[in-house]
Amino acid sequence: MSIKLSLGPVLYYWSKEKLLAFYDEVISSPVDIVYVGETICSRRRLMRANDWLELAQRLSDAGKEVVLSTMALIEAGSELSAARRICEQKDFLVEANDMGAVQMRSGNGQFVAGHSVNIYNHHTLDLLAGLGMKRWVMPVELSRDALKDILEQKTQPVETEVFAFGRLPLAYSARCYTARAHDLPKDDCEFRCLDYEDGLLLKTREDEKFLTINGIQTQSSSVFNMIADLDNVKDMGVDVLRISPQSRHTPQVIQYFSDAVKGECSAADAQHSINKLIPTDACDGYWYGKPGMDLTTGDAA
Amino acid sequence: MELVCPAGNLPSLKAAVDNGADAVYIGFQDDTNARHFAGLNFNRKKAEQALQYARQHGTRVFVAINTYPQPAGWKRWMASVDMAAELGVDALILADAGVMAYAARQWPELRLHLSVQGSATNPEAIRFYHEQFNIRRAVIPRVLSIKQVEQVVESSPVPIEVFGFGSLCVMVEGRCLLSSYVTGQSPNTFGACSPGSAVRWVETDKGRESRLNNVLIDRYEDDEHAGYPTICKGRFNVNNTTSYAIEEPTSLNTMALLPELQRMGIGAIKIEGRQRSPAYVTQVTRVWRAAIDASARNPEAFKPQDEWTQELQKVSEGAQTTFGAYERSWQ
Repeated sequence: MSIKLSLGPVLYYWSKEKLLAFYDEVISSPVDIVYVGETICSRRRLMRANDWLELAQRLSDAGKEVVLSTMALIEAGSELSAARRICEQKDFLVEANDMGAVQMRSGNGQFVAGHSVNIYNHHTLDLLAGLGMKRWVMPVELSRDALKDILEQKTQPVETEVFAFGRLPLAYSARCYTARAHDLPKDDCEFRCLDYEDGLLLKTREDEKFLTINGIQTQSSSVFNMIADLDNVKDMGVDVLRISPQSRHTPQVIQYFSDAVKGECSAADAQHSINKLIPTDACDGYWYGKPGMDLTTGDAA
Repeated sequence: MELVCPAGNLPSLKAAVDNGADAVYIGFQDDTNARHFAGLNFNRKKAEQALQYARQHGTRVFVAINTYPQPAGWKRWMASVDMAAELGVDALILADAGVMAYAARQWPELRLHLSVQGSATNPEAIRFYHEQFNIRRAVIPRVLSIKQVEQVVESSPVPIEVFGFGSLCVMVEGRCLLSSYVTGQSPNTFGACSPGSAVRWVETDKGRESRLNNVLIDRYEDDEHAGYPTICKGRFNVNNTTSYAIEEPTSLNTMALLPELQRMGIGAIKIEGRQRSPAYVTQVTRVWRAAIDASARNPEAFKPQDEWTQELQKVSEGAQTTFGAYERSWQ
């Protein structure tokens, strides 16, 4: 079985026009699985529930495996209801991004456990597999060594997906830092996230790029890319590599990943080409058991 | 409403017991708990002494085993669960589902609480742990507004414990990787946020700098109080403005909300700070005992006394306090 490519949910807040144009390009790209839905902030409502379902259907009709993603941080009753509607539908697979969604989907259909569901060992993995987990996305801070151990020791048949490209999702909060940067209350944020298609850069006091603010989510400013280790990934039994959408060059990134997976270019060449498209620094430390911000392989962007 | 207090060593445990804690929570001396600091926590012998002292005074002892084991370290977590069970502790505070499954299977009589590190922010997430492992209590993350807390209490299958006082995590606990992004070690994987080995203080012409694995977290003028470099409490530059972009160095203090928490049926109030001194535990336990008792006696008339507030401010991070996410405007 060759490795499949997935496109994670768009983590930023884009205009509906931009978002739909983005997915038009995705349809013709060599990505196999597409995760859709708003996973960060329930105030982002340019796409309503039905719009997401229509998009999902369009992608599905185009031959993509479509997965509906739930919010990572579910606080309000209305957010729980929205997740419940996703978990109770039968047309599409569901990516559960917290234990609440796992619970609502258990015994109700298969699910993918997203990277914000804490699966750090094979015991937890086997347990969730028994509840209907078809696939899991490894938490991004785990290393390939930990993954290898988990895959060797798991007893349940479950597919494994690895976050392979994009700004790293690092934290979620009740507080909206984009609104805070504009001195606005979260409940009256003027939807400033729309102004930052790849999030808002946070630098240290000596002007080093450090983090990316994306509403209530904090991401790395560096873009994670682990394509260089593709050969190892294949040997370990990873089934899916995830590309996390960025506002620019995502179709090209998908193409480079696809070429590397098919053996049409070397992993090192793919890494080099992709890193040239990254508007900030590249990183891959987590994969090698180091600080996440480190860059271990290849050359800097 | 129970008062649950922290203890990083035996003197702190005694301080908590002596000053009116209903329960004290401790951890063992390794990465199986989320306050994995050098010189802190309990070995078997100290834990035995702790339990003996607590028992004599009618106080319960909980053990936090609330980090996430990877396969290579799995045996340490099993050993911690077994040791706590053999010691006869009153409850385990757990985060990882695999560890919970082990504890529930191996020690079915042992009471399990869901740690804040379990990151359950809604009733369905709590229901998961209740159905799977029969947890009896859930500690909820410091990300919910007071209204949302009430919604959780109403629908939760088990009593809820909330944080009342102490250092404030502004990110949802159990899912914050900021520390490992910079240092390679996080609360989940190592039991520490900004581990001491990665912290460096540097005196420069521009002021005193705190660095975490060489990343500048903050820089202080002579008259400024320098805080521990947790990433979320640093000063950074966003849109050409330097500020506390995430959160000021501040402590959570929900004392004024006590009657409200009591009315909605909160099961327990947790005090943060196993890494703090016995003096901190003494002061905070004493003040919170008095406050909870006063609120229980007459909730309508309850108001934090000036003396209590002053005492708590003395031991607060950054010497200021906040309601945190409980108050919608903070968010």
